[in-house]
Amino acid sequence: MTAEGIRGLFIGALFIGLLLTLASCWWYGRRLIRTEKTDAVFGNPVKALGGWHWIVSGVSTIILVWLYFSWDAARAFFPDAASEMCQVAKVETAINPMRSVFPFESRLLKGTSILDRESRQINNLETQINTGAFTDQDREQLLPYIERVRQILASQTAPESLEESVVADIQSIGQRIDEQSAFLQAGVLPEGADAAIIEARDQQPGWGGSSQEIPIEPISQRGAMFAAVAAPLAAISSDFGKIRNAGPAFLADIKALDDEVKQVAGAAESAAVKDFARNMNKLLKRIDNGVVFPPGALEPIESALARLDVVKSDKQGSLKLIDAIAMPSGTIMAGNTACSEQGSGRWLPKPSDTVATFLRLSDPDVGYKGIPLLWYKEKPLAEMVGFLVPDFIADLVPGKYPRHSDDGTIPNNLKTTVLNFATGNFASPSVPVPTGHVWDSIMRVLAGLFLGILLGVPLGLFMGLSRFAKGFFDPLIELYRPVPPLAWAPLILTIFGINDDGKIFLLFMVAFAIMVISARTGATGTQLSKIHAAHSLGASRWQIVRSVILPNSLPEILTGIRISIGVCWGTLVAAEMLAGTTGIGFVENVARKSSDYEIIWVTIILLGLLGLLFDLFMRFIIHKTIPWRGKG
Amino acid sequence: MSDLVADAIDMTFTTPNGDEVHALKNVSFTLKQGELLSVLGPSGCGKTTLLNLIAGFLRPTGGELSLGGNEIDGPGVERGMVFQQGALFEWLTVAENVDFGLRMKKADRRETSRKVEEWLEIVGLQGFGNTPTYQLSGGMQQRVALARCLINDPDLILMDEPLGALDALTREKMQSLVLKIWKETGKTIMIITHSVEEALLLGERLFVMAPRPGRLHKEYALPFAEWGLQQDPREIKNHNEFTQTREEILTMIWNMEEEIMGKASA
Ligand SMILES: Nc1ncnc2c1ncn2[C@@H]1O[C@H](COP(=O)(O)OP(=O)(O)O)[C@@H](O)[C@H]1O
Ligand SMILES: [Mg+2]
Repeated sequence: MTAEGIRGLFIGALFIGLLLTLASCWWYGRRLIRTEKTDAVFGNPVKALGGWHWIVSGVSTIILVWLYFSWDAARAFFPDAASEMCQVAKVETAINPMRSVFPFESRLLKGTSILDRESRQINNLETQINTGAFTDQDREQLLPYIERVRQILASQTAPESLEESVVADIQSIGQRIDEQSAFLQAGVLPEGADAAIIEARDQQPGWGGSSQEIPIEPISQRGAMFAAVAAPLAAISSDFGKIRNAGPAFLADIKALDDEVKQVAGAAESAAVKDFARNMNKLLKRIDNGVVFPPGALEPIESALARLDVVKSDKQGSLKLIDAIAMPSGTIMAGNTACSEQGSGRWLPKPSDTVATFLRLSDPDVGYKGIPLLWYKEKPLAEMVGFLVPDFIADLVPGKYPRHSDDGTIPNNLKTTVLNFATGNFASPSVPVPTGHVWDSIMRVLAGLFLGILLGVPLGLFMGLSRFAKGFFDPLIELYRPVPPLAWAPLILTIFGINDDGKIFLLFMVAFAIMVISARTGATGTQLSKIHAAHSLGASRWQIVRSVILPNSLPEILTGIRISIGVCWGTLVAAEMLAGTTGIGFVENVARKSSDYEIIWVTIILLGLLGLLFDLFMRFIIHKTIPWRGKG
Repeated sequence: MSDLVADAIDMTFTTPNGDEVHALKNVSFTLKQGELLSVLGPSGCGKTTLLNLIAGFLRPTGGELSLGGNEIDGPGVERGMVFQQGALFEWLTVAENVDFGLRMKKADRRETSRKVEEWLEIVGLQGFGNTPTYQLSGGMQQRVALARCLINDPDLILMDEPLGALDALTREKMQSLVLKIWKETGKTIMIITHSVEEALLLGERLFVMAPRPGRLHKEYALPFAEWGLQQDPREIKNHNEFTQTREEILTMIWNMEEEIMGKASA
């Protein structure tokens, strides 16, 4: 069985499974409501507690909607439908130029609407002549031209004006369409078509199997029949486009009129007359296209197209139903080299494709732009020591750095040894450290958050306890905090660089303000009696801060951390989109530029899951560390 | 002897918008070591202010306060305090609350845990050492607050309506506990209450305070606390002398409040 087949089976089973789950959860929920009715009063909030079955229903609904509107379910249940619809689309593309002439989809016959439009233009010209811009003399001279152009326009619609050869062409096109209808009706494939179908099945990737969404060669009998008529119909369409109702007499009339008007305009001084001539010339150039026919002249083609429609619709059979039910909001269009989905599937990739893309990107050897999503790499311990230990400690060691000696060697001393250590320039074992886009994003958030907590909490507590600190630092914080973090981003990224430093500083700014405010709220919210009690129990100032005010502010501080993580996460992604070469936001931004919707959705889902994870973790911590909240 | 001496205490608050509130005026008294004093008075007569002054949370605007000859200057361990709502540290367990003072002193660990056991037993909370305080009932929380204060071995125990938020039954039990502790430790105790019965039961001496400005209105010397060490408090409450004094004080406070209302409406 092919991978596509297995995928189809799985998605099909999932779809049906979810439908059954949804149905049983609804049934269970209804039954529950019925038993609860005995003691239920509308509006009792306890009744709104939900229940796992409603959660399951909600999740199932979301996945079902996704499967359905991305046409993943359609692909699972009707794997050949897209290819067949592609062939039908080819036929439609071929005959659409002809159909658009007749009132199938539009309200008016094309000739009728052209006649209407040109008549209006002529009326406009006539009204213009009657304005003050023209002298009476001009008027007298120009009005007859209006009359003549009207006559020329009307002359096209007279049946006797139609040339014999054009009548014959029209007949022939109608017949050729009928031939194709008959062929489609008969349903006998030409020689060799079966082999082509089998080859296309083997050689061609399936629906969504490659970057070409739907390969163009037919893979079924029905598809091959439509494909077989598509090419001849395209040729007929092109021949139809060449038919013109513009005989020599008609063209001569137009030319004569055009020349005369030009002459008048050449001799005239008035700008209005010259303008009139230009407009007249434009109008005549449109009329000489000869696309208006006598009312019944094209009837053979129209009726042939109608007959083709009946056959085509008949031969599509179940395909139309599949299109209407399984492939909502859109259809399949034919292009030159492949067919494409034109519907919600364009921006809503199929879940199975999205998962496949995610799995592909998760492979550390593939990753995205050469960097894995989340993996580890061996890093020498020395590099980390070099990063953590500041280099200047070597300068503090007494003595001088050595100079090279006469024979070109550089002697070592204690100072160089310390410097080598501080810069990480020594042999050391390697340890695995995490790396990749996801890790980079997480690390930036955690680093910014850590710094924000480290500096924000003490300052917040200080501000909660000291009038000076509150007054002195408040303006500083209130000056930058109300500015949306992203508004700072261009500036911060310029100062600190587009790599980690800039982003971490930006997130630090976000977390810092939130932490200061929450720690301050916590500190000012400490009950005076607790502080009195601590004083009476002999606690010093520092002990009161550490043992009373800090633990008492813990609920606010932890809530602050929870909010900070959320805001930092959002800010980070936007900052990564703005600049940089790694991170989930970077991936999404690059994918956006190439309209790679599957990767965009992978990043969206990843961001959501990680955000949720952070929040759940914080909720767990809050629950564990401050169980007294809301009690006692 | 560590007697509490208040000499012509005056306390005037200045509110943020400049008004002056004369909370205490010319309050003088001496509380000898080992005495049990209860303070009663209508709301707003300066009882809490007086206690806060003695605890050292406030500084008087006039007069002098001293304990054992030393002027009171800020809070100190020799003056233990029990608050109305317990003011327990809810992030700590019962034992951690009780040994808070000793930990702040960095006392010997083993000695500390021995003392905690001892005091938990005295207040009737043995076995609750590891319970978080937010899981305790109001009465138990007040027992923890008592133990937390007493473990520091203060000379003077100040209580601001310690039983005010308890139900009647728990309250009676706690009253007996306070009497027991007074008897067994011989501590000086000053207890503020808004219940006349409680003031009578828990006071060797009783101050009735009057408002506007807050001052000592009348002092009683009472036998009921002594009786309460042997007798059931309920019997005492039915005693003739008890009911008479109660009625007298009730009328006094009633009149004071009437007067306040009259002043306010005038
Ligand atoms: N910090 C303060 N600022 C201004 N007025 C205060 C302050 N504390 C107490 N007061 C006033 O002092 C008076 C006595 O208050 P308090 O001692 O709390 O009374 P009690 O405890 O007897 O009910 C009241 O009128 C109160 O409004
Ligand atoms: Mg009070």
